[in-house]
Amino acid sequence: MLGLNKHDRTLLIIVAILTMCAPFILNPFPTDSGMAQFNAGYPDLMQRFVIFGIFAIGFNILFGLTGYLSFGHAAFLGVGSYSAVWMFKLLSMNVIPAILLAMIISGLFAVLIGYVSLRRSGIYFSILTLAFAQMSFNLAYSVLTPITNGETGLQLTLDDPRILGVSATADGGIPVTSLFGLEMRSTYEMAVGPWAFQFNAGYYLCALIMLASFYLSIRIFRSPFGMMLRAVKSNQTRLNYTGLNPRPYTLAAFVISGMYAGLAGGLMASMDPLAGAERMQWTASGEVVLMSILGGAGTLIGPVLGAGFIKYFENIFSKINDTVLHNWFAFLPDGLEDAVVFIIHPFIGKGWHLTLGILFMLVVIFLPGGLVEGGQRIRRLFSKKPADDGKPAATKPAE
Amino acid sequence: MSKSTFTRRGVLKSGAVAGAGLALPTIFTASSVAAYTNAPSGSSVTLGFNVPQTGPYADEGADELRAYELAVEHLNGGGDGGMMNTFSSKALQGNGILGRKVDFVTGDTQTKSDAARASAKSMIEKDGAVMITGGSSSGVAIAVQGLCQEAGVIFMAGLTHSNDTTGKDKKANGFRHFFNGYMSGAALAPVLEKMYGNDRTAYHLTADYTWGWTQEESIAASTEALGWNTVNKVRTPLAATDFSSYIAPVLNSGADVLVLNHYGGNMVNSLTNAVQFGLRDKQVNGKNFEIVVPLYSRLMARGAGENVKGIFGSTNWHWSLTDEGSKAFVKSFGTKYGFPPSQAAHTVYCQTLLYADACERAGSHDPCAVAEALEGFEFDGLGNGKTLYRAEDHQCFKDVLVVKGKENPTSEFDLLEIVEVTPASQVTYAPDHPMFAGGALGTCNSGA
Repeated sequence: MLGLNKHDRTLLIIVAILTMCAPFILNPFPTDSGMAQFNAGYPDLMQRFVIFGIFAIGFNILFGLTGYLSFGHAAFLGVGSYSAVWMFKLLSMNVIPAILLAMIISGLFAVLIGYVSLRRSGIYFSILTLAFAQMSFNLAYSVLTPITNGETGLQLTLDDPRILGVSATADGGIPVTSLFGLEMRSTYEMAVGPWAFQFNAGYYLCALIMLASFYLSIRIFRSPFGMMLRAVKSNQTRLNYTGLNPRPYTLAAFVISGMYAGLAGGLMASMDPLAGAERMQWTASGEVVLMSILGGAGTLIGPVLGAGFIKYFENIFSKINDTVLHNWFAFLPDGLEDAVVFIIHPFIGKGWHLTLGILFMLVVIFLPGGLVEGGQRIRRLFSKKPADDGKPAATKPAE
Repeated sequence: MSKSTFTRRGVLKSGAVAGAGLALPTIFTASSVAAYTNAPSGSSVTLGFNVPQTGPYADEGADELRAYELAVEHLNGGGDGGMMNTFSSKALQGNGILGRKVDFVTGDTQTKSDAARASAKSMIEKDGAVMITGGSSSGVAIAVQGLCQEAGVIFMAGLTHSNDTTGKDKKANGFRHFFNGYMSGAALAPVLEKMYGNDRTAYHLTADYTWGWTQEESIAASTEALGWNTVNKVRTPLAATDFSSYIAPVLNSGADVLVLNHYGGNMVNSLTNAVQFGLRDKQVNGKNFEIVVPLYSRLMARGAGENVKGIFGSTNWHWSLTDEGSKAFVKSFGTKYGFPPSQAAHTVYCQTLLYADACERAGSHDPCAVAEALEGFEFDGLGNGKTLYRAEDHQCFKDVLVVKGKENPTSEFDLLEIVEVTPASQVTYAPDHPMFAGGALGTCNSGA
């Protein structure tokens, strides 16, 4: 079915089940227990998981297949967000036109940047893309303030000239983003005993789009085009000598990857209609590189795992503060409690970067293939068979 | 390898699956029955403290967090009660808010709009916060204020000095206690005239974002009204750390006053650069060259050290004020943490108390009821004298302090000296003043 082999179909089905049941899976702890701190099953974070998953899948099409390390991918994310917000301001609050425009504009942007940057490879390519991204960031931050609203970020206002739709709702508020009337923020809460599960319309839209993107990425990985991209990665000089011009292939990969980023940006704006310049900063570009490497560059599922991992730390660990720690360790004698809190303190709250950095180092040192390699090792532990060589090449870690 | 099997039956089947998938979320659209977002049901109520814990304004954020914890302690009846005893409204009992114990969650805004909104959203969606407060940058405050408006919770702004927060970006669910750029200009101008005369030539260096722009506009307008000339306005990136290349052109511009529209680390660096270039020892047009820092804080004065001596600026509040409210606050903050609070700490402490008090008076946490209780509310005893929360734009109107870097500081906290307390009437403006025009409050949103 769907033109996939058995292994890929299983993978797609697993990802589909995981994303559809995410509100349950990510909320394992009862709401009023001490562990509720670690629940991640609330709409905003779930949306972020799948949106950054899309971003990372797209990045992986470029980095994982061709080996071209773009350090400026956040520029496309930002461009996508700005286009989407402008669409909300000018046309309608429906998310479909916004997402389409986000993809088109970021695609055009990618053609432009790709055409110039792809004339070089290796580190020079990375630096060129980084330069373009920083240029876009600075433009958005100050020069293009009339379009981007500078550091404050582009937001909806009460006097937007919305052609299809109203500037303000009947009760004087700003209309919310929707899909043909289905509000993106509408959430159904299901209380099961002490648990509360939240099903959010926006999340399910993002999740479905993520599944579609994931499917497309599998098809690209398995296509002759994907094979050509791998050839570029393994030895571009050899490819040149065989009489093939790799540039159209790399440019196509770059544009596809840029459109994925634009799609992610458009979705971000659809879930929360605001676009800020810092979305384009080099740290944001670096983040998607980290996601890919952490999860396993060149693998299908890796980047999605990496995206989830980083977003989880950013949103959950940064919110643990000393008061929470004192609650957890309240059972210890006073002196010991303070000591334990003192030791853990640097790693939580504002120290989440530190925790993430340490984990990143551990993963890179001990699991060079990322989280995917970790999963494979665990599977190998439990199955007697030696590593299954019938597996497609895609699950092999990148070098 | 791929094998494309696009048969008619296959397409129909996958079409049906996709259709069912698309229709799925519509089952889940039933809206909840609560009267407003995150209506507290148990014995406690959760407030969200969203402050920068990393990034350029981390110092301010840390001080804000201390003040929030102190405010929660006082609201729950702990400590010595601080400004609750001097506050003119006596609705607060020291038993939490409306009898519910006050809990709080914290988050890191990173001084980025995106991160701040993500953090605020998680407080609203996951932790059930009924009010969000904090922020140490106007960009962040405006972004979070917009979010709270959409989500239907109250936003009590922290340190945000841009005119836009209660000007073109004002929101019905957002409230600001802190003063703004226009007020700084109106308070500073008479003092500058007295000290430096009215035939000066000014040169502006401005942090390139909403706060810098509006402050630059405000200061330029009020100094030009004195008869000053503005020769140039130069925008500097927020992330800049070395301002030498911006300072050098000042020397040849013919200006005799440098206005630094910078805050936090920016101001510390630009002022230090300016002093290193010997600007303060120069004579231009037969007058001493002067530097003005319109928005001052003690944390910045400490960072800039010796260089702040004799430099004028304005501030929202200073711990050396001797009214009962300020003394009570400095005492309880000092007892708990061992040093005096900054103006950031003061404004967020006041905001928390004002919110709690408004809930008590409204008898509900419903954002619309709270907003109504805050609108047009007049109070006293929170360290700034008589204050009005104006209904038209949700801005507090109160006295503004004009301060000067102290020549002979007696301690590491005693860095600023109060030159003048500008009465509220002198810094009040019409709600439709051109610098604040272009926005609308809209109607309050309770998320129902």
